[in-house]
Amino acid sequence: MKLSSDVLFEQDVEVLIKEIKEQYGYDFSGYARASVYRRIKRFMGQKNLQTLDELREPLFSDSFFFENFLQEVTVNVTEMFRDPSFFLSLRQNVLPILSTYPYIKIWDAGCSTGEELFSLAILLHEEGLLNRTKIYATDINQKVLKQAREGIFPAKNIPASTKAYYAAGGKREFSSYYTSNYGSVKFNSELVQNVVFYPHNLATDSSFNEFHLILCRNVLIYFSRNLQERVLTLFDESLVSLGYLGLGKKETLVMSGISANYNPVDKVNRIYRKLN
Amino acid sequence: MHVQPKIVVIGGSWGGVKASLQLLEDLPANYSLPVVLVLHRLRNQEGQLQELFDLKLRLKAVEIEDKDILQSGYLYLAPPNYHVLLENDQSFALDDSELENYSRPAIDVTFKSAADVYGDQVIGIVLSGASEDGSSGLNYIFGKGGTVIVQEPREAEIETMPLAAIKATPGCRVMRLTEIKAFLQSLHVN
Repeated sequence: MKLSSDVLFEQDVEVLIKEIKEQYGYDFSGYARASVYRRIKRFMGQKNLQTLDELREPLFSDSFFFENFLQEVTVNVTEMFRDPSFFLSLRQNVLPILSTYPYIKIWDAGCSTGEELFSLAILLHEEGLLNRTKIYATDINQKVLKQAREGIFPAKNIPASTKAYYAAGGKREFSSYYTSNYGSVKFNSELVQNVVFYPHNLATDSSFNEFHLILCRNVLIYFSRNLQERVLTLFDESLVSLGYLGLGKKETLVMSGISANYNPVDKVNRIYRKLN
Repeated sequence: MHVQPKIVVIGGSWGGVKASLQLLEDLPANYSLPVVLVLHRLRNQEGQLQELFDLKLRLKAVEIEDKDILQSGYLYLAPPNYHVLLENDQSFALDDSELENYSRPAIDVTFKSAADVYGDQVIGIVLSGASEDGSSGLNYIFGKGGTVIVQEPREAEIETMPLAAIKATPGCRVMRLTEIKAFLQSLHVN
């Protein structure tokens, strides 16, 4: 049986979620609990806190501490060209169709620190579409948005990124996209000159534009079924007819109410096209 | 056994595919417990593991999708590049956060999550591997009263992982694959 101490911990987390919403306006009630518990325990471990009461004190008296908590509890781990086959499929199956539009609008929802955004921009650049594309890069977290705008990533990730870039059909010298400096690399800021960065909370905010392509990869896994449904409906409202939706490799539309209006373009890579 | 187990979680790395195939080959198609298997794999590589396990076993082998519901008769394989967590409602939650023990999926993550949900009704098994992943998770299961089993290191293809697990949890049961297999079969309720 589940231990009573674990039941108590989980009940206390529910209280904490309510308090966070009241004080800071961030609503975690629709987040997948298994991940929330793990992230909170991990954060407490880092800060050497033994109980939720010990966490509560700094959390509600120190907004910097809360920022830090927010950053840790919402997972911000990402990499360039994650799942190269997804980006290859985007290049081969989606961009040629998007190129028929005079002007392309893309939403990178949950862009985190920007690795996916820069990967996408490189793809668009190589397919000659970057100049007539506007990308809306959004995240719940202001701090990661700032990082995404800067395009500075650890140099130690470059070998893996380079490999993934070529696996995704990369056509240039990968190093032509960045300059190296003291253990980090800075990607060419022209790649994101048509990108609008702004905070958007998928759990509470509404649709704000119409897009030809929405990317939201490995974000839904952190949400409950109900919140997933809300977000998918939001995407449905934000896509033009015949627009595309790209999800993470283990995320699916199948159980969703919007699925009837979508065709899988690439089943393995979870790329879907809206019918009408 | 004074408690009826609800789930079997197995972790392995180098040598773990072979060992788990051997371990699970005779379990009946309607085996009463869901089995979750976390094997280290190369990242960003499409695994053929699901097909292999599905072909060789009577259990239905599937690669876990986000929010899949745990059912008996299934072998659930951790997908490459995701940690696997369990929810109170018997569903899976995937997670793409930091590597643990240089791994994603990490065995520790799934072991701990299973123990949080099922308490003493978890059976955790550590098989062959060249890593120390799984040892702290196994100890966590042990701490919540679950059953913890480690493959006899002398029999394992690589003994590092079993040895680390035994060191972390001296109270674990050290068993040969044939013994673990018999134990798992003894838990089957028709």
